Amino acid sequence: MKRTLLSLGLIASLLFVFACERKGGPGAGGNSGTIVIGYYGDLTGRTSNFGQSTKNGVEMAADEINKAGGINGRQVTILSEDDEGRPEKAATVVTKLIDQDRVVALLGEVASGNTLAAAPKAQAAKVPMISPSSTNPAVTQVGDYISRVCFIDPFQGAVMAKFAVNTLKAKKAAIMLDFNSPYSRGLTEFFEASFTKLGGQIVNKQSYTQGDRDYKGQLTAIRSTNPDVIYVPGYYGEVGVIAKQAKQLDIKAPLLGGDGWDSTQLWELGGDALNGDYISNHYSVDDPSPAIQKFVAAYKARNGNVPDALAALGYDAMMVLADSIKRAGTTEGPQLKDAIAATKNFIGVTGTISLDAERNAVKPAVVLKLQDKKYIYVETIYPEGMSAPVTSPAAPVTSSTEPTTAPAASPAKADTAAPVKAASPAVGTKKPAASPQ
Amino acid sequence: MDTFVQQLINGLTIGAIYALIALGYTMVYGILRLINFAHGDIYMVGAFVGYFLAFQLGFATGPSLVGLTVVLIGSMIAAALVGMAIERFAYRPIRKYARMTTLITAIGVSLLIENLFVARLGAAPRAFPQLLREQSYTLFGNAAISKSQILIFAVSIALMILLQWVIFKTKVGTAMRAVSFNLNSAKLMGINTDFIISFTFALGSALAAAGGVLTAQYNPQIDPLMGIITGLKAFVAAVLGGIGNVPGAVLGGLLIGIAETFVVGYGQNVGVPTTFRDAVAFAILILVLLFRPTGLLGSTVQEKV
Repeated sequence: MKRTLLSLGLIASLLFVFACERKGGPGAGGNSGTIVIGYYGDLTGRTSNFGQSTKNGVEMAADEINKAGGINGRQVTILSEDDEGRPEKAATVVTKLIDQDRVVALLGEVASGNTLAAAPKAQAAKVPMISPSSTNPAVTQVGDYISRVCFIDPFQGAVMAKFAVNTLKAKKAAIMLDFNSPYSRGLTEFFEASFTKLGGQIVNKQSYTQGDRDYKGQLTAIRSTNPDVIYVPGYYGEVGVIAKQAKQLDIKAPLLGGDGWDSTQLWELGGDALNGDYISNHYSVDDPSPAIQKFVAAYKARNGNVPDALAALGYDAMMVLADSIKRAGTTEGPQLKDAIAATKNFIGVTGTISLDAERNAVKPAVVLKLQDKKYIYVETIYPEGMSAPVTSPAAPVTSSTEPTTAPAASPAKADTAAPVKAASPAVGTKKPAASPQ
Repeated sequence: MDTFVQQLINGLTIGAIYALIALGYTMVYGILRLINFAHGDIYMVGAFVGYFLAFQLGFATGPSLVGLTVVLIGSMIAAALVGMAIERFAYRPIRKYARMTTLITAIGVSLLIENLFVARLGAAPRAFPQLLREQSYTLFGNAAISKSQILIFAVSIALMILLQWVIFKTKVGTAMRAVSFNLNSAKLMGINTDFIISFTFALGSALAAAGGVLTAQYNPQIDPLMGIITGLKAFVAAVLGGIGNVPGAVLGGLLIGIAETFVVGYGQNVGVPTTFRDAVAFAILILVLLFRPTGLLGSTVQEKV
């Protein structure tokens, strides 16, 4: 009996110590000491190119912040965790970052399915989380501590539908979706809605699951319906193989995709079979705007390769977080999350970032053509209400990200633009005077 | 019509791969009454050996027939050695114990190989270099066959003929059949049964490795866990054809491949979602075990290898 009491007492005192530590640790909220930020992503799994690129972007931003004297005089440390691309692991590592490492904020994930698994943990612990690139609408609906710096799928799906109908003059589309991925299902839903609204017809819909090894059954069924375009809103690992097998079946219709295609491994898997396909993305490395070219050069010097959109979004997410901490003047969760939600007209690499009422960024998307291992810029598509900045013929391509030519082109408009609320938002297209091919 | 023919070609392609792997299951079972669950992982090992050979020997830069031949044979030899090593160090020491012991050991070996590869190389899929210049040929209408599919058919048929020849026309093949009849009697007749068992593992593993390299030309994505589901389906194929029966394994493999492709291609028309493709193989397994436990070509009194 005595022993039981003793051990109970020990456990109680241990709990007390831990409870105190949560408050008093180095990364805890407050106004002094190092700011510890948690990053979680897929560093070794099926989508590891995503996680690695984003991590590179986040760390590069943190280095720049630290070199410039930190945030309000405090240095930033990034703690990275690998979730292997598995939702359950994402929830585990985020819990670890919150409880054990006591991070003040979280950055991650790329894949919406993983972010959706981790977000409730952050929400419950009142730790603000910024997803750099999860585009499924449900992500920020988890709670007010979750926000993102990218556009969302209703917009991205509509962009591709609009591009297919207006630019490619497509009338019949087939869809091949990743059945278990919220990202893929979301894009499918919104592409389908917009495409039919614009007068097109979805002639066939097939699905696969991640890790499938053969897609010819689905592709043969799609081929028999003769679509003009095939929408494949998946991740690069499967998409590369799908493109290759589509060419083996002599399918001539171009494949259309989203930001999930953007990875160097896409080319290793698909090779020449990808030529002539199109994707929607967050930014183009070909964009001549100085802000983007400066980022691209710095990233190349640091990591040895061209930054994909995920690296740029990782960079922007870290910069938005730093800006929010600066404005909040503290790293306490409740104040910080309000500061993040109040982000307006932040000039990032991937565009001017303003968060709407649901903490989603309202930004234009670019359409890129895949050709010989390059993503070639085709056009920029703006959300409803946001128009392209006025460009002079001398500067052919200027996205709204360019601070010098569009200092205040979109602030007021961006507020009214809410493509996120409508299920099938209308989008405005603006072609640049010339494309930088 | 051409869609039907196309789906048939698609099904036969993956079926041929299942058949190559199923042969290894069925031969080992015929001789040892052991279900070698590590066999699916040998298929993965074959693909990875091919991947590293291609890079090490400089064949990864572009398509070359020489490169493909070297990589294919190299990975078959390496996988044969791995298969022999598994038999020597994991199965031989416990051969005299209960069948359950060897079965659990087999599962353990399978997990060991998978996790060694994950720990050493990471779970991220890699892109297998393309050693074959891809091209499609139109048969009629819309039905097309690609070079990699022709390669899969040609190599697997050649290997199956070679296997039949080894089993029925050579001395070692005769010894294999003798061992499959009765291990102890074969030993009494002066057959070096340890060698024969080793040889059987080598043969089966080489076929699985060939399957791995061939698949990688068709679908360039390889990862350390690729052998799990493919291996299981090949095992189902072996049971479907009648485990222990060599032509049965080939028939079973082709049937599973076609069934799977047809579920994907036509399932939606009758309300079966595409995602049921993997379930079909196992549903077939259950039906076979219910109505014909010996498999399609299996019987209680027949030659097993």
